[in-house]
Amino acid sequence: MTDTMTWERFTPGQRLARFTVYLCVVSLLVFSLSTVEIIPEFLYDAPYQLQDLFTRMWPIDFASYTQENIHEALIETLNIASLGTVLALFLAVPVALLSANNITKSPVLNWCGKFILVSSRTVNSLVWAILFVAIFGPGALAGTFAIGFRSIGFCGKLLAEALEEVDQGPIEALRAAGAPTVSILLKGYWPQVAPAFWGLALFRWDINVRESSVIGLVGAGGIGVALDTALNLFRWQQVALILLCIFSIVIVAEVVVTKIRQSII
Amino acid sequence: MTSDAQRKSPFKASIKTRLGWLVLACYVFYALNALDFTWVRFINGLGNGADFLGEMIPPNFERWKLLVGNLIETIEIAVIASAFGIGFSLPIGMCAARNLMPDWVTWPARTVIAVCRSFHPVIFAILFVKAVGFGPLAGILTLIFLSIGFIGKLFAEAIEEISLKPVEAIRAAGAPFMSVIVFAVLPQVFNRFIGFATYQFDANLRNSTMVGIVGAGGIGGTLFAAFQRFDYDFLAAILMSIIALIMLSELLSVKIKAIFND
Repeated sequence: MTDTMTWERFTPGQRLARFTVYLCVVSLLVFSLSTVEIIPEFLYDAPYQLQDLFTRMWPIDFASYTQENIHEALIETLNIASLGTVLALFLAVPVALLSANNITKSPVLNWCGKFILVSSRTVNSLVWAILFVAIFGPGALAGTFAIGFRSIGFCGKLLAEALEEVDQGPIEALRAAGAPTVSILLKGYWPQVAPAFWGLALFRWDINVRESSVIGLVGAGGIGVALDTALNLFRWQQVALILLCIFSIVIVAEVVVTKIRQSII
Repeated sequence: MTSDAQRKSPFKASIKTRLGWLVLACYVFYALNALDFTWVRFINGLGNGADFLGEMIPPNFERWKLLVGNLIETIEIAVIASAFGIGFSLPIGMCAARNLMPDWVTWPARTVIAVCRSFHPVIFAILFVKAVGFGPLAGILTLIFLSIGFIGKLFAEAIEEISLKPVEAIRAAGAPFMSVIVFAVLPQVFNRFIGFATYQFDANLRNSTMVGIVGAGGIGGTLFAAFQRFDYDFLAAILMSIIALIMLSELLSVKIKAIFND
């Protein structure tokens, strides 16, 4: 009897758009599942194989820590991570300045900066490592450059966002006083973005410790080289030791970063 | 009139800051030595880099059938891994939320999430290649682990931030547990969840291009093979198509987020 108006959360257009997304996702999944080449026997076998793997890893071969230079490899990994982070920050600052639209006014240059940032993040650190191994030859130099170039995207993006969010008051004051561009950057922008900068430097260093532990698989130095050798020689007990070492430095790095972050921010 | 405050430079660096920069400089110097970097090697490298770029250009798209086939496999790995990874991380994330579950449920769930996050994906990929053999299955399993570690954590945090008032209201009305989840919890976190899911799909797509390097399927294997055979022009073609693929998926995820956020 009464003219009832039913409340609907979404307009028909919105519902159609959502339905289309769901439909696409489901059909993509069905297509993928039906065409991807998976051998079901291997999947059933997996738990047994994993169990076998772990029994071979036990007991852990602690003796090889000093014998096989794993200690040196660990130190090298940490150095690659730290130096790579320094390189990344050094390279990320100009790119961030280029892509922050309140500093560089030209949209074309902004897009160039953003393109560099996206490409850096898109190419995985292992792929960067492959490229730099081709350029510098195997070893820590290639690894450091790979870590550095991989991190530009992350650091540059966050730094550009921090630069875009600064309070314009001090900058206008400096500009009104006739300060040159370098002074505006150093005295106007830097003090405001410094906490964000150190925060992201720490955060990236933590990530880079993880990343630098595997780039050795393609020959770019660090403990990954030892892991690769041990894997190829089927020395599973040594593999277990190396995995334990990687796990430990990752945890230590995380704890260190948390402590430093608490004390500076 | 002439107080101390006027004479002092307003921008004087503190001793602590200067000391910090000095320590950093010393460390860089030490590390450069420890890693055996020399100027000669760097200059040689630049020469090699020029040769390398010279061989990469122009990119060689002759074997485009192989390239497209591998890209499709990469996308398939990412899609399946995202679907299962997100699917598994929903209940695990919910179990890990301290405001919904008792301690004896959150602890195991948090442990699972921590284990999934503990290692670099490549290490998981190696282990899975040993367990299930070469091929996309190992890559899919790796990325499922990765997704659980990432989404599970974020999802648990998102649930911990929700308002408990709707939950209490629905509980007071005597609703069973599943209704509480569906009508009080999920609506509050749905938008963020879509954000996490699209982000994770992007991340999985990026990583699925990499797992192939250790033999876990996708385009990474072809990339590594091209590198080892010095097929640098094909390598350039692969890299360009990876970058194009990921930029495309970023555009797409912005579109999808816009559909769900209004």
